[in-house]
Amino acid sequence: MAADGPYNERMFEVLGERLEGVFKRLRGKGRLTEKDVEAALREIRLALLEADVALPATKQFLAGVRARAIGDDILKSLTPGQQVIKIVHEELIRILGEKESAIRFSSHPPTVIMLAGLQGSGKTTAAAKLGNHLKKKGRRVLLVAADLERPAAIKQLEVLGEQAGVGVHADHEAKDPVVVARDGIERGKMQADVVIVDTAGRLHVDEDMMDQVQRVHDVISPDEVLFVLDAMTGQDALLSANAFSERLPLTGIVLTKLDGDARGGAALSAVTVTKKPIKFAGVGEKLTDLEPFHPDRIASRILGMGDVLTLIEKAEEVVSKEDAEKQAKKILEASFTLEDFLDQMQQVRKMGGIGDMIKMLPGIPGVGKLSDVDVDEGDVKRIEAIIRSMTPQERRDPRMISGSRRSRIARGSGTAVRDVNDLLKQFDAARKMMKQMSRMKPGKGRKGGFPL
Amino acid sequence: MTTELLYLLVAGVSVLVVAAIFFVGLRSKTRAKTPPAPEAPPREVPAPEAPVSEAPAPEEPPAAAVPPAPAPPKISVADRFSRGLAKSRLVLSERLNLVLGKDRLSEDDWDEIEEALIRADVGVKAATKIVTKLRTSKPAVSELKAALRDEMVSVLSGRQRQLAMGPGVTSVWLVTGVNGVGKTTSIAKLAHRMKAEGSSVVVAAADTFRAAAIDQLGTWAERVDVPMIRHDPGSDPGAVLFDAISYAKARDIDLVIADTAGRLHTKTNLMDELKKIKRVAEREAGSVAEVLLVLDATVGQNGISQAKTFQEAIEVSGVILTKLDGTAKGGIVLAVEQELGIPVKAVGVGETLDDLQPFVPGEFVDALLADS
Ligand SMILES: Nc1nc2c(ncn2[C@@H]2O[C@H](COP(=O)(O)OP(=O)(O)OP(=O)(O)O)[C@@H](O)[C@H]2O)c(=O)[nH]1
Ligand SMILES: Nc1nc2c(ncn2[C@@H]2O[C@H](COP(=O)(O)OP(=O)(O)O)[C@@H](O)[C@H]2O)c(=O)[nH]1
Ligand SMILES: [Mg+2]
Ligand SMILES: [Mg+2]
Repeated sequence: MAADGPYNERMFEVLGERLEGVFKRLRGKGRLTEKDVEAALREIRLALLEADVALPATKQFLAGVRARAIGDDILKSLTPGQQVIKIVHEELIRILGEKESAIRFSSHPPTVIMLAGLQGSGKTTAAAKLGNHLKKKGRRVLLVAADLERPAAIKQLEVLGEQAGVGVHADHEAKDPVVVARDGIERGKMQADVVIVDTAGRLHVDEDMMDQVQRVHDVISPDEVLFVLDAMTGQDALLSANAFSERLPLTGIVLTKLDGDARGGAALSAVTVTKKPIKFAGVGEKLTDLEPFHPDRIASRILGMGDVLTLIEKAEEVVSKEDAEKQAKKILEASFTLEDFLDQMQQVRKMGGIGDMIKMLPGIPGVGKLSDVDVDEGDVKRIEAIIRSMTPQERRDPRMISGSRRSRIARGSGTAVRDVNDLLKQFDAARKMMKQMSRMKPGKGRKGGFPL
Repeated sequence: MTTELLYLLVAGVSVLVVAAIFFVGLRSKTRAKTPPAPEAPPREVPAPEAPVSEAPAPEEPPAAAVPPAPAPPKISVADRFSRGLAKSRLVLSERLNLVLGKDRLSEDDWDEIEEALIRADVGVKAATKIVTKLRTSKPAVSELKAALRDEMVSVLSGRQRQLAMGPGVTSVWLVTGVNGVGKTTSIAKLAHRMKAEGSSVVVAAADTFRAAAIDQLGTWAERVDVPMIRHDPGSDPGAVLFDAISYAKARDIDLVIADTAGRLHTKTNLMDELKKIKRVAEREAGSVAEVLLVLDATVGQNGISQAKTFQEAIEVSGVILTKLDGTAKGGIVLAVEQELGIPVKAVGVGETLDDLQPFVPGEFVDALLADS
C-alpha cells in the first residue's frame, strides 16, 4: 500500500516528526542542498539502527535514499518530511522484494527443500510448518531429520511430523547427516512430491560444520535452500547470512519469531547481503503459524509503525464486511454499546489474544504506546462475566444501572461492586474518546488524529 | 484508500482501541488494589497448601554464594575459553586500533568509535552515551584506548555475579527466556558445573510444551548423570516443578534447576504461566534462589525489551549470555546491566557441557571491541 493513506500518516509519526523538525529549520531557503538531505538521512539512519538493521546495510540503504531524495524536489512538497518517509518506505519495499515470492517446484519431483541456519533460529519448526502448509495444498511431503547434533532433534521432527500428518525419514543410529539426507531423498523419490531436509544449527564460523552442511547440500541438490533467520537478531544477521550464502546457493530466507515485538531490521541486513527474497514468515509456535512474507509490512515495522495490515487481515478472517460496516457506523456515531463491546471482544478473541492484537496497533494519542498495555486474561474474563450479568437494556444503556443494579450485577458475575463501577467508568471514558475521534476527519491534523 | 477498507479498519481496530483504553484504565487502578480475586486455586499444586516456609526477608542471611566457577579444573575448558570469549584479548578491531592510534581525532573518527559499538549491538543510545562521556573526559591520546575500555567496564562494574544458593536445604534455579536461546543446554552446563563442585542436583523438565523438549533435557541429564523429574508432554509445568522440589527435599538434594518452555515476552498468557511456575517454587522451596534469563548473544535491541518484560513478570536475578562463540558480541547486555541492573552471571561459549564460563567484564569488553 502506498504511503499516502490517511492512517499511514499517523503511523509514520515517530520518524516523521523528527524529520519535520529537520525540515522546519530549512524552510524558506528555497532550495534543498545536499547538506540538508544529510540531516534528514541522519534521522533515518538512527531509526534503522534502532530497528537492528546492520550498519553496512544501513549505509548502503541510505546511499540509495540519498540519490532519490536529491533527484526528487522534496522541498517543493508542503510536507518534505513525509515525502522523505515515502521515499524511504518505497525503497525498503523495493529492496525487500516488491511482492511475495513462493516456493519453486521442480519439474522433476520430488521438489527438495533444504533448511539451514544458526542454532535455535527455528529450522525444525519451519520444516514442519512448511510440510503442514504443503500437505494442505495436496502435496505428499516427507521430512528428513538430518540434525544429528542437538539432543532429541530427531524426535522433535518426528513429533512435529506426526502433528502435521506428514512422513518423517529418520535414522536414530546414523552418524553422518550426509547419509541420512541421501537416504531421505531416495525414499522421497518413491513416496513424496516434496522432501524437506532439516539440518543441525551451526555457527557460520565453525568450519567443520559449514563443510558438513555443504556436503549435505551437494548430495541432495535441493531446489530451494532456505536460510532460517530469527527476527530478533541484531547486527550479526549480516555476517551470518553472508557466510551461509557464501557456502550454500541460497534461494530464499525464512524469517521466524515475528510474533514478538522485534522491529525486524535483520530482514533488511540479510536481504542486502544475500540478495535473496524472504519467502516465509514464522509468526508463532504452532504449525499453522506460517505466513507468506509481506515486504510492505516489515518495511512499516522497521520504520516503527504498527503492524496494522496484519491486523486488518486477521480482522477480515473473522468479521464479515457487512458487520464491519455496521460496527464502524456505530462507532462513528458513538452509539456503541456494551453489547457491541462484548461481541467484538469475542471476535478479537478469535483473531488471537487481545493483548497481542492491541500490541499491533500503532499507538493512540492520549493513551500512549499500546505495546506497553498489559492485558490480563483474567481482566478480560471478568469484564465478560460482568457484561453477561447485565440485562439487554442495561447493556444498551449503561446509564440506567443504579446502585442496586450494580450490586446485583456484581453478585451475578462473582465480582465486586467496585469492579462493576470500574468497568462502567472505563466504558464511559472509552465512549467519549470514540466520540472525539470520530469527530476528527481522517487524514487531517497529524497532531491529535487517530490512525484512521 | 477505499472506503471499504477504511470501514473494516475502523471496525477491526475499534474494539481494540476500546479494549486498550479499558485496560490502561483498569491497570492503573488494579495495581493499587488488592490483587484480583484469584481464579480457581492454581491447578498445579496438587498437595494441600503446605505451610509456606518462611520466605526470607530480603536482608536475611546472605545467600550462600557459589564461587564463580573458580578456574575450572579441566584444561579443555581453558582451551575453549581462549577459543571463545578471550580469543582476542586486548586485540582491538583493526579499524578501531587505527582510529585510536591517531594524534587527533576527527568527527569521523569519533563516529568510527561509536559505530564499532553499534556493530556489537550496544545500541545507538548506549553507544552515544559512552562516546560522549569519553569525549568530555578528554583523555590523553595515548590513553584513549584504555579510557574507552575503562568507560565500558565501569558500566559493568560493581555487580554481584555469583550464582546464589538459597538459605534452605534445597535451592531452586528457574531458567527462562524466549524461544531457542539456549535454556536447556545452559541447564545441562549448570548442572554439570554444580555437580563438579560437589552439589547434588536434580533437573525439572518443566518445558512440557515444545516437541521433544523433555527428551532433549533427558539426554543431557543422562550425560551429566543427574536425575530428571518429568511428566507427560503437554502436562502442567508447575506440577513438574512441584514434584521435582518434593523429590529433592525428600533426599536432601541441594539444587533443583528447572527448564521452562521458550516464550516470547509479549505473550501475556505465557508470562502469567511463568509467574505461576515461580509461585509454586516459592511456596515449595521457600524462595527461588536464582531466576535466570537466557539471552542469545546474537540478539539485537529486542534483548532489552525481553529483559524488561521478564524482569517485571518474575524479577530476574541474573542473565546467562549464550552463543558468544560466534561473531555476535552480545553488546545489549551493557544496556541490560545499566538500565535494569540485572547482572550477567555466566556466558555460553559452545555446545558441550564444559562451555559455560563466568562473566568477566574486562574480557567481555575486550572481545566486544575486537574484530569478529
Ligand atoms: N554455539 C552455541 N550454541 C548453543 C549455545 N547454547 C545453546 N546452543 C545451541 O542452541 C540451540 C538451542 O538451544 P536450546 O538449549 O535447545 O535452547 P532453548 O532455549 O531451550 O530452546 P527452546 O526450548 O526451543 O526455546 C541448540 O542447538 C544448542 O545446541 C552456545 O553457547 N553456543
Ligand atoms: N514464537 C515463535 N517461536 C518459534 C517460531 N519458530 C520457532 N519457534 C520456537 O523457537 C525454538 C527453536 O525452534 P527450533 O525449530 O527447534 O529451532 P532450530 O534449532 O533452528 O531447529 C522452539 O522453541 C520453537 O518452538 C516462531 O515463528 N515464533
Ligand atoms: Mg532443529
Ligand atoms: Mg529448551
